[in-house]
Formats: sequence, C-alpha cells, structure tokens
Amino acid sequence: MVTQKEKRIGEVIATATATFTTQCYQLYELPPLGSLVKTRNEKLELFAVVANATTTGLEPGRKAIARGKDEESEEAIYKSNPQLEKLLKSEFETLVIGHRIDGKINHFLPPVPARIHSFVYVCPVEEVKEFSQSPGFINILLNTNPTLPQNELIITCLHQMSFAHEDSHQFLVTAGKHLARLLGDYNQLKSILERIEH
Amino acid sequence: MQQDNRLGIVVSGSLSKGVEVRLDNSTSVEDMVVGRYVTIEGQKQRFFGMISDVSLGVTDPNLSLKPPDTNDSFLTEVLVGSGTYGQLQVMPYLTIGGNVASIIEGPQPVKTIPSHFATVNLAQQSDIELVFGKEDKERFWIGNPLDMETKLCLSLPEFVKRSNGVFGKSGTGKTFLTRMLLIGMLQKGACVNLVFDMHSEYGWAGTSEKGRTVKALKQLFPAKVAVFTLDEDNSRRRGVSTDFVVRMGYDEIEPEDISLLRQTLNLTDQAVEAVYQVKRRFGKDWLRCTTELEDSEETREVLNQLNIHDSTFQNLQRGLNTIRRLPFIQERSPNKVVQQVLEYLVRGTNVVLEFGRYTDITAYILVANLLTRRIYSHYRERVEQAMADGTAYPTPLVITIEEAHKFLNPEVAKQTIFGTIAREMRKYNTTLLVIDQRPSGIDDEVMSQLGTKITCLLDNERDRDSVLAGIPGKGELKSVLAKLATKQQALIFGHAVPMPVAFQPREYGSAESYKHFTDFEDSDEQSEKDIEELWD
Ligand SMILES: Nc1ncnc2c1ncn2[C@@H]1O[C@H](COP(=O)(O)OP(=O)(O)O)[C@@H](O)[C@H]1O
Ligand SMILES: [Mg+2]
Repeated sequence: MVTQKEKRIGEVIATATATFTTQCYQLYELPPLGSLVKTRNEKLELFAVVANATTTGLEPGRKAIARGKDEESEEAIYKSNPQLEKLLKSEFETLVIGHRIDGKINHFLPPVPARIHSFVYVCPVEEVKEFSQSPGFINILLNTNPTLPQNELIITCLHQMSFAHEDSHQFLVTAGKHLARLLGDYNQLKSILERIEH
Repeated sequence: MQQDNRLGIVVSGSLSKGVEVRLDNSTSVEDMVVGRYVTIEGQKQRFFGMISDVSLGVTDPNLSLKPPDTNDSFLTEVLVGSGTYGQLQVMPYLTIGGNVASIIEGPQPVKTIPSHFATVNLAQQSDIELVFGKEDKERFWIGNPLDMETKLCLSLPEFVKRSNGVFGKSGTGKTFLTRMLLIGMLQKGACVNLVFDMHSEYGWAGTSEKGRTVKALKQLFPAKVAVFTLDEDNSRRRGVSTDFVVRMGYDEIEPEDISLLRQTLNLTDQAVEAVYQVKRRFGKDWLRCTTELEDSEETREVLNQLNIHDSTFQNLQRGLNTIRRLPFIQERSPNKVVQQVLEYLVRGTNVVLEFGRYTDITAYILVANLLTRRIYSHYRERVEQAMADGTAYPTPLVITIEEAHKFLNPEVAKQTIFGTIAREMRKYNTTLLVIDQRPSGIDDEVMSQLGTKITCLLDNERDRDSVLAGIPGKGELKSVLAKLATKQQALIFGHAVPMPVAFQPREYGSAESYKHFTDFEDSDEQSEKDIEELWD
C-alpha cells in the first residue's frame, strides 16, 4: 500500500523477529520516539514503534571529540567540519507491533522478520489511524522488553498516535480502558495515564 | 430481545444465592433499582428474576484505597467499565419456555441457573404478563410492579385457598391494601367475607391520612355487603346504612374467650383456671353468677369447694366486670347474631362488623373470637354434612382480623379458634386474612401456614425476619423489603404468586379509582349476559 505521503528515512541494518534497527539516511533525521514506522518484506508490511535512538561514530570504538571551543554556535561546528556528517550516524531501534498481510492489519508478530537493507518509512497519518483503530497493539507493546522503561514507551506511543485521530480524547480513553484491562494494576495504570496529555 | 433493554451479562452465581451480573459500560448503576425484574437469556431457556442488590466493583483493591483525583476526569473516564464496574445481584425465580412442560404449564420454578455470560435484559410488559397473567375473570389487578407501568394481577380463587397475611408498620397502607383485596375477593374470589372491622373503615367510609374520607365496600357494592355494627349511635352519626345491630349475651361467652383475654384483662393463670371451674359449677349463666357473688360466708363456702383462692377470685371478678361493662353485652342477647351472620354469608353477602367507639382491644378480641368460634363450628358441620351427603360445600369463607398477634401469639395460638383455622389450611372451607403491624408477635407455625403474604415496609428486623421466614432467597428479599417506600409499596410472595414481586398497590380513593373498581364488575356481568344470550 503505497501512498504519496510515505516518507523513506533509512534502511534496516540489524533485524530480529520482534525488533529491528534502522540507520537514518540523514544524520539526526530520526522519527520521534513512540512514532510508527514500517518496512516491507515482499508482500508483508511490518509496523514498528520507535523505541530508542542513538547517534554514534561510524567506526566502532572511536569516540567524538569536542570541537567547538572557538565556534560561535553549534551549527558552526558542523559547518567548519563537513566530514562529521560522514563520520557520524543516527540509528533507531524499533519494536515490531504488528503487520499487514493481504491488506489486513494484524496486531501480532509477523511470520518473518524484516530483511537487512529494507527501506524504512515513516507511516503517514492515515495509516497510523488505521493501525490504531483498535487498541490490540497495546497487548504486544506490553509484552516486549524495550531498552527504555516500558511505561515511558507506552506514554509516548499513545501520545504520538493520538495525533492521527480527529477525536484524540476518545482514542486515548479507548486505549486507556484497554490498557486498564490488560494491566489489572491500578498503580501502574495511574502512573501512565496521569502523564498522557488529553 | 431489543438491544436497548440489555443490562449486562452473568459472570458468576449459584442457585441458592442468585447470579452476579456485570453491567455493560453503557448501563448506569444509578438506573438500577432493587426489586426490578429482569430476564436472562440462558442457552436452553429464559430465566425470570429480580434484582436483589446493586453494587460497585473494582478490579484492583488499590482503586478504592487510592481513588483517582476527581479533577482528573480522563483517568476517571478510563476507569469506568475497565477498572470499575457496576454489578447486580439477580435472584432467578422462574424459567420460561424451552421444554414442553413449561409451554403447557407456564413458567416453572428454577432448578438451575443460566450459564456464564448469558445476557441480562430488563423485563418487558409481555414478560410480566406471561408470568403473572392478565386481568381476567379470576385475576384481579392489584397494582403495578415497582417502576413499571404493567398491571400486576393476582388470581383470587388461588389466593383464598389458604390463609393469608397483610403486614407493615403503622401508616404504610395495610388498610388500603386490605380494602382493595376485599374488593377483589368480592368480585373474583368465589368466596364470602366476614370482616372484623376494628376501626370502622371497611364497611363504610374509611378515612385517609389527609382527613379525606374514602368510600368503602358497602358504598361501592351495596348489594353484596351487609354492615353489622356494635355501636349503633356511632354508625348512625356517621350516616352508615347498617343492616344489623349486634348485641351479645353473657351466656354466649365461654371460658375459652376469657383465656384469650388473659393479658388484656390482666388475669393470673389461676384466675383463667378458675373460669373453667365456675363454668362447671354455674353452667350457662356462669358469668353473671360469678360477677354477682357477694363477699359472704356462702361465697367463701363455694370458693372453698372449688378450691379457688380468694385473691384469684378477686382478680377474676375484676376482669369479668370489665366485660360486663361493655355496652353491647347484655344479660340475654335479644338477637341471634350468629344466625344472622350465617344467613347473610350463606346468601353470598359479605359481612363487615364495625366496632364504632369500641376500639378497645378487649371488645375486639372477645367479639371476634366468640363469633368466629361459633360461625366456624357451623361451617364445619355443614362441610361434614356435605361430605357425608356428597352435596356441594358451602362457599369458602374468608375471615379478616386486625391486630392478629393478639389472637395468634405463641401463648394462645394453640388454643384459639384462629390458630385452628390457620393451621387447618382450609379443611372446612374457612381461611383467614390476618392484618398486623407486628408479625414477629405471631406464632411461627401460624406464620408458616399463611399461604400468601403481602408486606409493606417493616422497620423492625425481627418483624422482617418473621415475615420472610422459610422463603427461598430470604436475604435478598429482606433487602427489597427494607427499601420499600413508607407508603403504598408492598412485597407480595407465596402461594398465589409465581414469584415475589415488589409493587405499588392500586390508587384508592379518587372518584376515578372507584369507577375502575366497579367498572370491571359491570363489564363482567355484561359479558356474562352476552354469553347467556348466545344460548337463547
Ligand atoms: N393504595 C393507596 N391509595 C391511596 N392512598 C394510599 C394507598 N395506600 C396507602 N395510602 C395512603 O397512606 C395512608 C396510610 O394507609 P393505611 O392503609 O391507613 O395504613 P395502615 O393501615 O398500614 O396504618 C392512607 O391514609 C393513604 O393516605
Ligand atoms: Mg390500618
């Protein structure tokens, strides 16, 4: 399902069934934490939520050094050191939270993982809305083992997705109720919901 | 079933305690009322039950311990239906449909419960009609189930098959309810009534609380009711058209009547014993003789022979004098009250005996007991005769008494005629309609023999226990009973109804209500005429 608004941002550089890592084409052109991205594996579309991001040197073990002592601004550092764009890379980890096969969205893991060098796209608003129409993806999100604290990830994910819905309040209420049933733990629920903007 | 009546689903339960229903998110707990009817769509049959409790549940106890900030409407909104939910306790009473038996015999008492997740709906008019029947030749419209417009009907021939009770604390509507039941029996009960009308409110013009007078039986059904009075002056002043003035003779009073009056006359046990002895000694004229014995050598002689202590005798004399002073008691009764009452009853005319000013309990107990004993013995003879001859039995007789605990308390219930009638079911075609505000004062065995009980609000825990003793689902009904309004709401259960119902008795007292009460009568006769004409 290709729409014009699909924006390609990088390529898969590490992959497993439940997670994959993407390197961005442009330094710092990272999708927001908690946002929905996708990649394809033949007829399969894999949906994943941005769970962590890093920017490091291209060569492992080689550390960045401070360069801006005599510069006016931060941008100036990059201007005077154009090689930096080549020496640094931005990457993000994603958690696979669903897939589309034969046009149908499923809120469970795909039969096969993404492949290395698959293109990664930011999901357009319509697709985010379609994907989060029912709150089943929360189940899989709760079952993952992210690098960042899980509660934080849930908050940012719901927050990001709510932008795709005209009635974002209703979306959050429905998702919140689903979360409440899954958690059964009021204290955890409270610490999540209290911080979601609604 | 229409979706909009859906309340929720069954989540757990047992036959003895009823089922627990989880309310749908869209159903507000605040719309649920204890005592309302629901139907449950089981897999094989439909169940008919009553809401006996409404509660709030939480999935995590922390929710009640640390409730969300009420300013955070988002969190509260999320929690409704997910972390919190409304719950109903429903007592299934009947099953409807499903197998052949229930199609032929109508709703059956439950022997099982609906399975998990069966849908629960609010009962509809048609469900109520299916269960309680429609107004017809035998079924009398007594009111409407709480919060429902539907007519609730009672089969009166079924009702009068057993002795029944009307209970409720003072001012809750017992008299109004009883008056209505009497009208029903008069029209459809296939029985004849004898009412001991302590406060003169059934025969002619009773009063309502606002001081307004309401019409009573004789005014609405002059051809079917005779008013007997103990207090002619009072009746005349009230403009009552009476049929008979009741007088009683000393010689009609039996020792048994005195033993029933032990408490009210403040008699000692020995004094009650002594009554039987003086009766044996003086015969029919015992009461006059005993009260006229003077303090003399001769008297002491007599008492000695009878082995009656002097103080006992004085106690007895004082008591008997109270009776002698009752103005309607005369040395010899100029008329044959019992014969008169019987004549009316045999003709199918209902008899209301009003007490006028003699609302004193002594007068009431004495007269009711004395008349009932003798009328009952006639009935008994007639039934035995009919049995022997194989002829028709006399029309069933229903005797209405108020302050029933005075006649039926555990101390006297074994000996009084009322205790006998209540215990005999309707061996001799006689049953009681007892009215009382303190049912816990009535003998347990008698209470358990009452077929149908109708109770208005009762404040006292012991009274509630006594009314509901031995009823399945007692605990649940108790909470329904405790929640009744202070007036014109009642709970009916027992023999004549397929299941307990909390209901609002029909309005009584407006011109319109009289019209409704008497209307049916006409149309009924009309249709009978129509049917007769068919054969001409
Ligand atoms: N069915 C009814 N229709 C109209 N008014 C009623 C009805 N039931 C009770 N009431 C009102 O409540 C008052 C008390 O009822 P009553 O039958 O005299 O109570 P009780 O006999 O229990 O002391 C009545 O005077 C009347 O105003
Ligand atoms: Mg009364």
